[in-house]
Amino acid sequence: MRSSRRKVLQGTGGLAVMGLAAAAGLVKPGIARAEAWNKAAFETNSVPEAMKAVGAAQPVESKDIVLNSPDIAENGAVVPFAVESRIPDTQSIALLIEKNPNVLAADFQIPQGTDPWINTRVKMAQTSRVIALVKAGGKYYYGAKEVKVTLGGCGG
Amino acid sequence: MADPMKIRAAMAGDKVEVKVLMAHEMETGQRKDASGKPIPAWFIQSVTATCNGRTVLAAEWGTAVSKNPFLSFRFRGAKPGDKVAISWVDNHGDKRTDEATIS
Repeated sequence: MRSSRRKVLQGTGGLAVMGLAAAAGLVKPGIARAEAWNKAAFETNSVPEAMKAVGAAQPVESKDIVLNSPDIAENGAVVPFAVESRIPDTQSIALLIEKNPNVLAADFQIPQGTDPWINTRVKMAQTSRVIALVKAGGKYYYGAKEVKVTLGGCGG
Repeated sequence: MADPMKIRAAMAGDKVEVKVLMAHEMETGQRKDASGKPIPAWFIQSVTATCNGRTVLAAEWGTAVSKNPFLSFRFRGAKPGDKVAISWVDNHGDKRTDEATIS
Protein backbone atom coordinates (compact mmCIF):
# COMPACT_ATOMS: atom_id res chain seq x y z
CA MET A 1 0.00 0.00 0.00
CA ARG A 2 2.62 2.47 1.08
CA SER A 3 4.96 1.98 -1.82
CA SER A 4 2.18 2.33 -4.40
CA ARG A 5 1.12 5.58 -2.79
CA ARG A 6 4.69 6.83 -3.07
CA LYS A 7 4.76 6.02 -6.74
CA VAL A 8 1.58 7.90 -7.36
CA LEU A 9 2.91 10.93 -5.53
CA GLN A 10 6.18 10.84 -7.44
CA GLY A 11 4.29 10.44 -10.68
CA THR A 12 2.07 13.45 -10.19
CA GLY A 13 5.00 15.55 -9.02
CA GLY A 14 6.91 14.77 -12.18
CA LEU A 15 3.95 15.58 -14.37
CA ALA A 16 3.35 18.88 -12.66
CA VAL A 17 6.95 19.94 -13.27
CA MET A 18 6.70 18.93 -16.92
CA GLY A 19 3.50 20.86 -17.26
CA LEU A 20 5.03 23.97 -15.80
CA ALA A 21 8.05 23.71 -18.08
CA ALA A 22 5.82 23.30 -21.12
CA ALA A 23 3.67 26.24 -20.11
CA ALA A 24 6.72 28.46 -19.56
CA GLY A 25 8.22 27.44 -22.88
CA LEU A 26 5.02 28.03 -24.82
CA VAL A 27 4.01 31.28 -23.24
CA LYS A 28 7.26 33.10 -23.94
CA PRO A 29 7.28 33.09 -27.75
CA GLY A 30 3.62 34.13 -27.63
CA ILE A 31 4.48 37.31 -25.76
CA ALA A 32 7.30 38.14 -28.12
CA ARG A 33 5.03 37.85 -31.16
CA ALA A 34 1.91 39.55 -29.90
CA GLU A 35 3.28 42.40 -27.87
CA ALA A 36 0.13 44.45 -28.12
CA TRP A 37 -1.87 41.77 -26.34
CA ASN A 38 -2.61 42.87 -22.79
CA LYS A 39 -1.22 39.82 -21.01
CA ALA A 40 -1.57 41.28 -17.53
CA ALA A 41 -5.27 41.98 -18.02
CA PHE A 42 -6.08 38.57 -19.50
CA GLU A 43 -4.37 36.75 -16.65
CA THR A 44 -6.26 38.42 -13.82
CA ASN A 45 -8.50 36.31 -11.59
CA SER A 46 -10.98 38.81 -10.23
CA VAL A 47 -13.22 41.52 -11.61
CA PRO A 48 -11.57 44.43 -9.74
CA GLU A 49 -8.12 43.27 -10.90
CA ALA A 50 -9.25 42.91 -14.50
CA MET A 51 -10.89 46.34 -14.48
CA LYS A 52 -7.74 47.87 -13.05
CA ALA A 53 -5.59 46.14 -15.67
CA VAL A 54 -7.61 47.61 -18.54
CA GLY A 55 -7.46 51.04 -16.91
CA ALA A 56 -11.00 51.22 -15.53
CA ALA A 57 -10.61 52.04 -11.86
CA GLN A 58 -14.13 53.13 -10.90
CA PRO A 59 -16.66 52.22 -13.58
CA VAL A 60 -20.21 53.48 -13.16
CA GLU A 61 -23.17 51.15 -13.59
CA SER A 62 -25.24 52.09 -16.62
CA LYS A 63 -28.66 51.03 -17.83
CA ASP A 64 -27.59 51.91 -21.36
CA ILE A 65 -25.50 48.78 -21.68
CA VAL A 66 -27.58 45.87 -22.85
CA LEU A 67 -26.36 42.30 -22.53
CA ASN A 68 -28.32 39.87 -24.59
CA SER A 69 -27.79 36.20 -23.84
CA PRO A 70 -29.75 33.18 -22.73
CA ASP A 71 -30.62 33.30 -19.01
CA ILE A 72 -29.76 29.64 -18.74
CA ALA A 73 -26.95 28.22 -20.84
CA GLU A 74 -27.12 24.48 -21.30
CA ASN A 75 -23.60 24.28 -22.61
CA GLY A 76 -21.05 26.53 -20.94
CA ALA A 77 -18.58 25.99 -23.80
CA VAL A 78 -20.72 28.06 -26.17
CA VAL A 79 -22.71 30.90 -24.63
CA PRO A 80 -23.85 33.46 -27.19
CA PHE A 81 -23.53 37.07 -26.12
CA ALA A 82 -24.66 40.23 -27.82
CA VAL A 83 -23.59 43.43 -26.11
CA GLU A 84 -24.92 46.82 -27.09
CA SER A 85 -23.88 50.14 -25.63
CA ARG A 86 -26.27 53.05 -26.07
CA ILE A 87 -23.83 55.45 -24.46
CA PRO A 88 -22.69 58.05 -27.01
CA ASP A 89 -19.07 57.97 -28.14
CA THR A 90 -18.46 54.34 -27.11
CA GLN A 91 -14.82 53.47 -27.68
CA SER A 92 -14.49 49.94 -26.41
CA ILE A 93 -16.51 47.03 -25.06
CA ALA A 94 -14.96 44.35 -22.85
CA LEU A 95 -16.58 41.16 -21.62
CA LEU A 96 -15.74 39.94 -18.13
CA ILE A 97 -16.96 36.64 -16.71
CA GLU A 98 -16.75 36.84 -12.94
CA LYS A 99 -16.30 33.16 -12.08
CA ASN A 100 -14.05 32.09 -14.96
CA PRO A 101 -10.45 31.14 -14.09
CA ASN A 102 -9.38 34.23 -16.04
CA VAL A 103 -12.00 36.92 -15.81
CA LEU A 104 -11.40 38.93 -18.98
CA ALA A 105 -12.83 37.15 -22.03
CA ALA A 106 -12.52 39.72 -24.79
CA ASP A 107 -11.88 43.40 -25.35
CA PHE A 108 -13.20 45.08 -28.51
CA GLN A 109 -12.07 48.47 -29.78
CA ILE A 110 -14.88 50.27 -31.55
CA PRO A 111 -13.64 52.88 -34.04
CA GLN A 112 -15.89 55.72 -35.21
CA GLY A 113 -18.36 54.50 -37.78
CA THR A 114 -18.69 51.08 -36.19
CA ASP A 115 -21.81 50.31 -34.15
CA PRO A 116 -21.24 49.85 -30.41
CA TRP A 117 -22.69 46.38 -30.81
CA ILE A 118 -20.84 43.07 -30.64
CA ASN A 119 -22.11 39.56 -31.00
CA THR A 120 -19.88 36.63 -30.10
CA ARG A 121 -19.74 33.34 -28.20
CA VAL A 122 -17.85 32.69 -24.98
CA LYS A 123 -17.04 29.87 -22.58
CA MET A 124 -18.31 29.92 -19.03
CA ALA A 125 -16.91 27.61 -16.36
CA GLN A 126 -19.99 27.90 -14.15
CA THR A 127 -22.99 30.07 -13.32
CA SER A 128 -21.67 33.60 -13.10
CA ARG A 129 -22.29 37.26 -13.46
CA VAL A 130 -21.12 38.55 -16.82
CA ILE A 131 -20.03 42.15 -16.99
CA ALA A 132 -19.79 44.32 -20.06
CA LEU A 133 -17.29 47.09 -19.44
CA VAL A 134 -17.72 50.02 -21.78
CA LYS A 135 -15.37 52.92 -22.35
CA ALA A 136 -17.19 55.96 -23.67
CA GLY A 137 -15.86 59.49 -23.92
CA GLY A 138 -12.85 58.49 -21.81
CA LYS A 139 -15.00 57.20 -18.94
CA TYR A 140 -15.88 53.66 -17.93
CA TYR A 141 -19.35 52.21 -17.46
CA TYR A 142 -20.59 48.69 -16.89
CA GLY A 143 -23.66 46.55 -17.22
CA ALA A 144 -24.06 43.07 -15.76
CA LYS A 145 -26.15 40.00 -16.22
CA GLU A 146 -26.32 36.67 -14.40
CA VAL A 147 -26.18 33.59 -16.61
CA LYS A 148 -26.88 30.13 -15.22
CA VAL A 149 -24.73 27.36 -16.64
CA THR A 150 -25.87 23.78 -16.36
CA LEU A 151 -22.74 22.26 -17.94
CA GLY A 152 -19.38 24.02 -17.53
CA GLY A 153 -17.16 24.92 -20.47
CA CYS A 154 -13.77 24.34 -18.90
CA GLY A 155 -14.00 20.72 -17.76
CA GLY A 156 -11.46 18.18 -18.93
CA MET B 1 -1.84 26.67 -41.62
CA ALA B 2 -5.26 27.23 -40.25
CA ASP B 3 -8.47 26.66 -42.16
CA PRO B 4 -10.09 29.64 -43.89
CA MET B 5 -12.66 31.79 -42.12
CA LYS B 6 -16.22 32.00 -43.27
CA ILE B 7 -17.08 35.66 -43.70
CA ARG B 8 -20.38 37.14 -44.73
CA ALA B 9 -20.73 40.89 -45.23
CA ALA B 10 -24.06 42.29 -46.30
CA MET B 11 -25.69 45.71 -46.37
CA ALA B 12 -28.37 46.22 -43.73
CA GLY B 13 -29.79 49.64 -44.46
CA ASP B 14 -26.87 52.08 -44.52
CA LYS B 15 -24.69 49.75 -42.46
CA VAL B 16 -22.66 46.69 -43.27
CA GLU B 17 -23.31 43.68 -41.10
CA VAL B 18 -20.36 41.33 -40.90
CA LYS B 19 -20.51 37.77 -39.62
CA VAL B 20 -17.33 35.78 -39.19
CA LEU B 21 -16.78 32.17 -38.27
CA MET B 22 -13.15 31.30 -37.61
CA ALA B 23 -11.70 27.83 -37.42
CA HIS B 24 -9.61 27.59 -34.27
CA GLU B 25 -9.28 25.21 -31.33
CA MET B 26 -9.28 27.99 -28.68
CA GLU B 27 -7.67 25.66 -26.12
CA THR B 28 -7.85 27.25 -22.67
CA GLY B 29 -4.80 25.69 -21.02
CA GLN B 30 -7.09 24.60 -18.17
CA ARG B 31 -7.87 21.16 -19.53
CA LYS B 32 -5.87 17.97 -19.02
CA ASP B 33 -5.43 15.11 -21.44
CA ALA B 34 -6.14 11.43 -20.64
CA SER B 35 -2.79 11.00 -18.86
CA GLY B 36 -3.40 14.06 -16.67
CA LYS B 37 -0.97 16.32 -18.47
CA PRO B 38 -2.25 19.87 -18.98
CA ILE B 39 -3.06 20.73 -22.58
CA PRO B 40 -1.23 23.97 -23.36
CA ALA B 41 -3.28 27.04 -24.19
CA TRP B 42 -3.71 27.74 -27.89
CA PHE B 43 -6.03 30.59 -28.76
CA ILE B 44 -6.53 33.65 -30.92
CA GLN B 45 -5.17 36.75 -29.22
CA SER B 46 -5.98 39.52 -31.60
CA VAL B 47 -8.48 40.12 -34.36
CA THR B 48 -8.60 43.04 -36.78
CA ALA B 49 -11.20 43.92 -39.37
CA THR B 50 -10.47 46.43 -42.11
CA CYS B 51 -12.47 47.89 -44.97
CA ASN B 52 -11.05 50.26 -47.60
CA GLY B 53 -7.85 50.58 -45.57
CA ARG B 54 -9.75 51.65 -42.46
CA THR B 55 -9.86 49.57 -39.27
CA VAL B 56 -13.51 48.90 -38.50
CA LEU B 57 -12.97 46.65 -35.49
CA ALA B 58 -10.02 45.56 -33.36
CA ALA B 59 -10.25 43.01 -30.59
CA GLU B 60 -8.08 41.28 -28.03
CA TRP B 61 -9.26 37.88 -26.94
CA GLY B 62 -8.52 35.62 -24.02
CA THR B 63 -9.04 31.89 -23.73
CA ALA B 64 -12.72 32.29 -22.85
CA VAL B 65 -13.84 32.87 -26.43
CA SER B 66 -15.50 29.68 -27.69
CA LYS B 67 -13.91 27.13 -29.99
CA ASN B 68 -14.35 28.06 -33.66
CA PRO B 69 -15.14 31.65 -32.69
CA PHE B 70 -18.13 33.49 -34.05
CA LEU B 71 -18.13 37.25 -34.29
CA SER B 72 -20.62 39.69 -35.67
CA PHE B 73 -20.51 43.50 -35.88
CA ARG B 74 -21.84 46.40 -37.95
CA PHE B 75 -20.21 49.47 -39.42
CA ARG B 76 -20.99 52.42 -41.68
CA GLY B 77 -19.19 53.95 -44.61
CA ALA B 78 -18.95 51.15 -47.13
CA LYS B 79 -20.91 50.11 -50.20
CA PRO B 80 -21.68 46.85 -51.98
CA GLY B 81 -18.61 45.58 -53.80
CA ASP B 82 -16.17 46.87 -51.18
CA LYS B 83 -14.03 44.29 -49.46
CA VAL B 84 -13.86 43.48 -45.76
CA ALA B 85 -10.68 41.79 -44.55
CA ILE B 86 -10.44 39.97 -41.24
CA SER B 87 -7.14 38.92 -39.70
CA TRP B 88 -6.28 37.05 -36.54
CA VAL B 89 -3.07 36.17 -34.71
CA ASP B 90 -2.91 33.37 -32.16
CA ASN B 91 -0.58 32.84 -29.20
CA HIS B 92 1.70 30.61 -31.35
CA GLY B 93 2.16 33.52 -33.75
CA ASP B 94 0.04 31.81 -36.40
CA LYS B 95 -1.80 34.25 -38.65
CA ARG B 96 -4.70 34.12 -41.02
CA THR B 97 -6.35 36.77 -43.18
CA ASP B 98 -9.49 36.31 -45.26
CA GLU B 99 -11.56 38.67 -47.37
CA ALA B 100 -15.18 38.95 -48.31
CA THR B 101 -17.01 41.24 -50.72
CA ILE B 102 -19.94 43.22 -49.34
CA SER B 103 -23.20 42.23 -50.98
